[in-house]
Amino acid sequence: MILLTRVTLCVCMFAAVSLRADTDSEVNARKNVYDLAGAFTNDGFKLRDGHWLGTLKTSEPAVVAVNLYSGNEYWFAASAGDDSRRVIVEVYDETGKPVAAERYDENNRSAAGFSPQNSGQYFVAVALANGDPTSVCLVYSYK
Amino acid sequence: MIRRNGLALVAFLSLAQAAPAADPAPLAAEQIAKAIRSDTISIPSPGELFAALTKPGKPNWSTQYRPPIPSTFKNRAQIALNLGGLIADGFIAVEAQDSQQVKNTGGDIIKMARALGVSEKVLSRGNSINEFAEHNDWDVLQEELEATQNEVKSSMQSHSDQDLIILVSLGGWIRGTQVVSGVVAANFDARTAKVLRQPALVSYIRTKLNDMSPELREQALVKEISDQLANLEKLVEFPLGAAPTVEDVKKVNAAVSGLMQDIQSKGEAK
Repeated sequence: MILLTRVTLCVCMFAAVSLRADTDSEVNARKNVYDLAGAFTNDGFKLRDGHWLGTLKTSEPAVVAVNLYSGNEYWFAASAGDDSRRVIVEVYDETGKPVAAERYDENNRSAAGFSPQNSGQYFVAVALANGDPTSVCLVYSYK
Repeated sequence: MIRRNGLALVAFLSLAQAAPAADPAPLAAEQIAKAIRSDTISIPSPGELFAALTKPGKPNWSTQYRPPIPSTFKNRAQIALNLGGLIADGFIAVEAQDSQQVKNTGGDIIKMARALGVSEKVLSRGNSINEFAEHNDWDVLQEELEATQNEVKSSMQSHSDQDLIILVSLGGWIRGTQVVSGVVAANFDARTAKVLRQPALVSYIRTKLNDMSPELREQALVKEISDQLANLEKLVEFPLGAAPTVEDVKKVNAAVSGLMQDIQSKGEAK
């Protein structure tokens, strides 16, 4: 029952986020990243109903500002829309210094998890490691 | 399928320890300045703030309920701010695992959203909230509350009410911060108090307020809140690594409580 409601909720979230038609690449990026993030929810993480979606080139990582709370644990997950692309997620503190994080990297999906020592602003960089530009979607979970 | 993937991932992570990759280079100042900031991902949900508060020990969330607020505001900015506050109240009721309070708050959220003329899709969320509350589905309710908030914002976007979106987020942040600072001040713990450090968040909200149409920006309530946020930004600017004192926390609580009073005062339309 809980699993069913979660899946229903994810479908509703897909429907709510965009007012224009999505490309196949965008749909695939979102599907893949929510599939990965769904794994974290089974470990007690709550998935934020918000995401960043954009087109990335290998030479231009996207840097997204987030505001986090000390005491929480976070996982940031990203996926490329094209299965042959490789993405890398890195987390930085408010000064731009890299933060040590647990990692999960698998083909076109990547995730970084950590527990901030300080509340405040952090930056999540999503980079495309190979190939032509493609859609990439970033989401995060907390507990 | 999701559950199977989850188990596989958890198993994988338990085997794979720390970061295997070499440390990446620090971000350049230009990358930080040009970082993407958006309402949906850069502003934390009230649930995220409350989750941080529960780590040292679960507060008595039911003591954080507030009396019902008026639902007949005529000023759209005030409705948007109160809508955000009500969504934060929903998260409090979920933390308290109080299904009746969730249903009551869910009903108030829908009533308030209806006043803004949001889509039918939002209104159907009220039924979902009731259903999840009926089944004590607390984790799903947290996600449903945030999804409701985003549905409201999405509807505002399609109705060319973009300027109201930040007010919904702001209302939720103010109410959430009021509750958290109140709990921390009443039972001070330096580690928990650190959750109140959010100067960049307040700065971002102020920027978004400045981007609103002059007509909305000059409304008395919006202007007053905007002015107060400048003061609040300084109050939540604790040095990195340092915990605020109980007096610091009380100042934050007094500031946000004053803002909440303005937001929920009837007959405002300042």
